[in-house]
Amino acid sequence: MSTMEVSDDTQQPDTQQPDTEPPVIETRGLGRRFGPVVALQDVDVQLHAGEVNCVVGDNGAGKSVFIKMLCGMLGASSGDVLLDGAPIAFTSPRQARSFGIVAVYQDLAIVPLMSLWRNFFMGAEPVRGWGIFQRFDVPYAKQTMKAELDKLGVDLGDPDRAAYTMSGGERQALAIARALYYGARVLILDEPTSALGVRQSGAVLRLIRRVAQRGTCVILVTPKPQHAFWVGDRFLVFKRGRLQEDLRSEDLTLESLSYLMAGGGEVDELQSVITESVTG
Amino acid sequence: MLRDQLAPFTPNREWTRNLVLRPELGSLVAAALLFIFFSIASSGAMFEIPTIARILDTAWPYGIIAVAVGLLMISGEFDLSAGVMVGTAGALLGVMATEWGMNLWLALVLSLGICLALGLWNGVLVVWTGLPSFVITLGTFFGLRGANVALSKYFTGDALIENIDEASGYDALHAIVATVFGTAPSDFRVSLLWWGGFIVIATWILWRTKIGNWIFATGGDREAARAVGVPVNGTKIGLFMLTAGAAWFVGVSNAVRYTSVQAGQGVGAEFFYIIAAVVGGCRMAGGYGSAVGPAIGALIWGIAFIGIPQAGWNSDWRWAFLGVLLLVATLINHIVGERVRVQRSS
Repeated sequence: MSTMEVSDDTQQPDTQQPDTEPPVIETRGLGRRFGPVVALQDVDVQLHAGEVNCVVGDNGAGKSVFIKMLCGMLGASSGDVLLDGAPIAFTSPRQARSFGIVAVYQDLAIVPLMSLWRNFFMGAEPVRGWGIFQRFDVPYAKQTMKAELDKLGVDLGDPDRAAYTMSGGERQALAIARALYYGARVLILDEPTSALGVRQSGAVLRLIRRVAQRGTCVILVTPKPQHAFWVGDRFLVFKRGRLQEDLRSEDLTLESLSYLMAGGGEVDELQSVITESVTG
Repeated sequence: MLRDQLAPFTPNREWTRNLVLRPELGSLVAAALLFIFFSIASSGAMFEIPTIARILDTAWPYGIIAVAVGLLMISGEFDLSAGVMVGTAGALLGVMATEWGMNLWLALVLSLGICLALGLWNGVLVVWTGLPSFVITLGTFFGLRGANVALSKYFTGDALIENIDEASGYDALHAIVATVFGTAPSDFRVSLLWWGGFIVIATWILWRTKIGNWIFATGGDREAARAVGVPVNGTKIGLFMLTAGAAWFVGVSNAVRYTSVQAGQGVGAEFFYIIAAVVGGCRMAGGYGSAVGPAIGALIWGIAFIGIPQAGWNSDWRWAFLGVLLLVATLINHIVGERVRVQRSS
């Protein structure tokens, strides 16, 4: 019997002072056009290690373009991405990964019929021996995976079971642990809780907090205000291709965040339009 | 406690998990049951040494290639040209050794090179065009089917190439690929050792090397594998070449053993390999299977091929048997596949 277990010690107060440290990743005047359409413009933002940054906004607000540009899936039309203060150029997710910027997408790159440890080391298999005697170091692989999961307080049980036997939350945990093992300093998570129930969402959010506490810069896209509010240190609100607001969790309540995420002023606007058309 | 909150789909019965992780188990049970069944039907004749020798001698040529076809299937591809490739290898060796007077060892190396090049052709075309390998290798199949006979006739005037034993180097080569242990009808060929060795090496590659991991990953989810840096295309091309190499081995072994080559041989055998692989638990859609399984699949064919006439039945029933076998095996595969889909989407 194997279960995913995330230990419950993630609500400690943050002791670090992120604003005094240099940012891990920074954008300057970042913009992207698709032909005549401006999808994103003039995004200046500095993100720090050890924080969960929630990227929030309506459909078409530019948030997915933003994270795609950070992880190398889309090139910039203008502006720069800086890592540790130096501009970096990358044109593919693989290159971004080599800089320590890793995106974990909804499909997670997990092969359902392969065992957990085979998935964990897929494409980067540890080997022993030379020449034709070179072999996949299976004991090392299993131990290392367990150690990496332990660091995050995650227990996935038997490493030999097939990946499809994992729950949605466990799959997220495996994908996140794998990304960290391969040196992710900036971890981009695209709606990690979108397909999960309440309890599993809770466990994944707790895991995300823990990842941030260990010094990773987490960029989280989620449409759910409750999730974002619980886990986020900072909220980047996108609207019509611009970074509209940049708020810290201290400055927000769940209500104000929900209001922002539902489109902010647009809700009022929409309401007045509907009211007008009904009454008029 | 958070325990149990996060794993609603974790199977809690060990045996179901083990069943899923051992793809060849079903074929092993089927082989044993069939053997017992035909033993009873033939009043014990199946247990006699000559019968066992004939079963193994029927199975090995299919078995060697089926192992390679099985690995290829795990990576998500088919090779319909593997059967005629046996004819190609034999005809190449025959023409070089008899018509051109070449030393057999040189002919061996050259024919291997040409077969591997044909495997490379299959692999590169599949990878480049993105077309189903079913179509690409069907083209190769017909191409070779024509070329084997036409070129043999062009060079030797006949589709039957004979007197390979007169070529230099024959005795040594015969000792390596066609030595007999025991006396007829209780004779076992050295080919069985090659087959066993090939199964062991293929199993080793599949389970204990990084290439094995790439094979599973390539067939299991190509995009996921590519995303994390698995050389998906290289893996596939390599397996097409391995399949061509296995066909070459069987082709030259038979050429040396029988001292003659029927250039038209191997047509239709491509399906046997695929059936053996599927019966052996390899998933047609890829991502799952073993190297032992296809070998057991070929053994099942050997048992049926010999057992049906032993039981006193018309040997035409062999084909019907093969059809039923494929259907049952595919159905089981399908059920496994469904199970995966259901669990994955949740």
